[in-house]
Amino acid sequence: MLFSRNGYYDSRVIEGARVIDPVEGIDAALTVTVENGVITRLEPASARPGFVLAPAFVDPHVHLRTPGREDEETIASGTGAAAAGGYCAILAIPNTEPVVDSAAVLASLVEKAKNEALVPVGFMAAISKGQQGTELTEMGELAEAGAAGFTDDGRPVVSPGLMRRALQYSPVAGRRIAVHCEEPSLTRGAQMHEGVVSAELGFGGYPSVGESVMVERDLSLAGYEGQPIHLMHLSARESVEALSRAQAGGVQATGEVTPHHLCLTDEAVRSLDANVKMSPPLRSSDDRDALVAGLRDGTICAVATDHAPHARQEKDVPFEEAPFGVTGLETAFAALNTHLVGPGLISLPTLLERMSTGPARAFGLEPPRIAVGAPANLVLLDTEAAWRVTEDGFRSRSANSWLLGQTVKGKVLMTIAAGRVVHE
Amino acid sequence: MTTNAFLRPARRHLLSIDDLVREDIERLLATARSFESALEREMKKLPTLRGRTVVNLFFESSTRTSSSFELAAKRLSADVMTIRAAGSSVDKGESLKDTALTLNAYDPDVIVIRHEAIGAPQLVADVTGAHVVNAGDGKHQHPTQALLDLYTIQQEFGRIEGLHVAIVGDVLHSRVARSNIQALVMCGARVTLVGPPTLIPRGIEAMGCESTADIGAIVEADVVYVLRMQRERMLEGANYVPSLREYTALWGVTPERLRPGQKVMHPGPMNRGVEIDPRVADSPDALIEAQVRSGLVTRMAVLYDLLTHGPVVVPTAAAMEVA
Repeated sequence: MLFSRNGYYDSRVIEGARVIDPVEGIDAALTVTVENGVITRLEPASARPGFVLAPAFVDPHVHLRTPGREDEETIASGTGAAAAGGYCAILAIPNTEPVVDSAAVLASLVEKAKNEALVPVGFMAAISKGQQGTELTEMGELAEAGAAGFTDDGRPVVSPGLMRRALQYSPVAGRRIAVHCEEPSLTRGAQMHEGVVSAELGFGGYPSVGESVMVERDLSLAGYEGQPIHLMHLSARESVEALSRAQAGGVQATGEVTPHHLCLTDEAVRSLDANVKMSPPLRSSDDRDALVAGLRDGTICAVATDHAPHARQEKDVPFEEAPFGVTGLETAFAALNTHLVGPGLISLPTLLERMSTGPARAFGLEPPRIAVGAPANLVLLDTEAAWRVTEDGFRSRSANSWLLGQTVKGKVLMTIAAGRVVHE
Repeated sequence: MTTNAFLRPARRHLLSIDDLVREDIERLLATARSFESALEREMKKLPTLRGRTVVNLFFESSTRTSSSFELAAKRLSADVMTIRAAGSSVDKGESLKDTALTLNAYDPDVIVIRHEAIGAPQLVADVTGAHVVNAGDGKHQHPTQALLDLYTIQQEFGRIEGLHVAIVGDVLHSRVARSNIQALVMCGARVTLVGPPTLIPRGIEAMGCESTADIGAIVEADVVYVLRMQRERMLEGANYVPSLREYTALWGVTPERLRPGQKVMHPGPMNRGVEIDPRVADSPDALIEAQVRSGLVTRMAVLYDLLTHGPVVVPTAAAMEVA
């Protein structure tokens, strides 16, 4: 399901770091040895302050813009950005031009990834042909060709009938259905969260219920069909509460949340900066609190960046004319370490789990772990290092980051993905 | 130049009423009053902004706002040019940023911009060296409209503090309403929004106003401010109101719904017979023409204030030799 350039494996000795692995239950000062891409020794050591070694991150939600918008991102640049962000695996979203809705398109991406991908990448395929919401894609054949999951992300599956069929059919493919929950008749003309700030600024509002009514519908359908479902980029308190209720009722549902929804609220939109315009939108501080609590207690098992690169000229326009989406791969850990771990809203081990094991399990991927004999998928962090986010520091082809110009704490010093050092 | 001029940011803009505090509004209204008395003279042109350049950049149709900005700049002896999107390089696909940069090459002192997208004036302020005045951006703000409305109210009542203003109609799509709510609340007026619940934005009470769907509430107000029913902003099938006919029946401002002596305002252009009864529009209690007149002196005050920072000194007749 994951594809990358192959060929070589690296060896490294990572001396004296606090090693945190929620899967193996490790939180200790160790020196870790990697030989030919495999972890071979774990030895007690004294840790350098701030240095943390953890299983590398997994991002289940990345827009690689390939095929079609290679000016914004390519497989090479997007996986380069992932490497810089500490990721050992990413899943690409199929809302490209053309849409990844046939085995032929998927096969060409797999070939490209085998030549270009620095970090292993999985390709999701569309639920419906052309993401038009009317006909199912050939999910069986797509899974055989290597699809990592199915989603129409970028747009919702409007028809409950089609959504039900997708869930019913999904065991044939054996892959997770991931849904972008939005009721379009409630979000027409929306530019930001509907609330006090949109009332004052005059923007068309995207109400919380525009998301949560679809969350409720999809959870009901998944429960009825007894199939697993993954809810993408949750933004509203009502959605988190619905997910929690469904999980308690036995629905196999997982959820993800983005760094920007965890760090910001709709107050940020007062700046009219096009780099805080995304969909779903930044919501109220009450919604943000619910998202943080959901991530902390595990209702939401995954951080997903929803990395959405946009060309400079497309964001360099008035807010109302700008496209939705921000980049996130290279800043996710720093943003969350600064805004959540720093103020004590979530512990570092929990955050690391939600950025690695959580998303891997949600999509049936082998979670990265730190154990003798395991393939090396490691991220070395300096949790104390402060740095300024600047446009020229990105490996992504795009720079539409909400953190531009800000100083954050927490730096990725090294990433080892599938046994190769991809960032140092 | 005031002594604390160095404390101010080097370049000021008027993008939103939010950029102002109450003292700013009071100073601007006082400046507008001095200009009004100056304009009563036979020689209407003041040399105050001679050698300054004002660019009017209008991407949306406008009669009263663009003409009043143009005349305001001319009355102050500034060089003024008005550029409309139709027939300009915008037609050829030029981005707003490039249009702004092109104009910036002429080193204008002020750029007045009207644009259909929220955030356009902010973008122009970010990329040019000019003072930027927002002459209306989408549904966001129209600060000079609010200032001229406050000026009109002040002229009529001698005060704003303690007055009760009812704003009636399509608040959701109205930049005029948003700027007016902010400015009126800032100056101590009580503001009540009246209209269909579908056209009153959720959460707007946080701006310090009240809201109701009951048209009967307008009878308590000192001023009834009627908003244009903006049909062109209504997304098709959005069902904000079942029909214009029903809107007029339930929220139209008619003589029967007013009490004698209540003042009525409207930012124009009016849909007579829709949001406002023609008998109301033409009554002596309507301040609609006064609003248009206020627009000129208020916009003169805004241009003057941005470019000088100081209290206005109306030149004596002797000093008024204009080329």
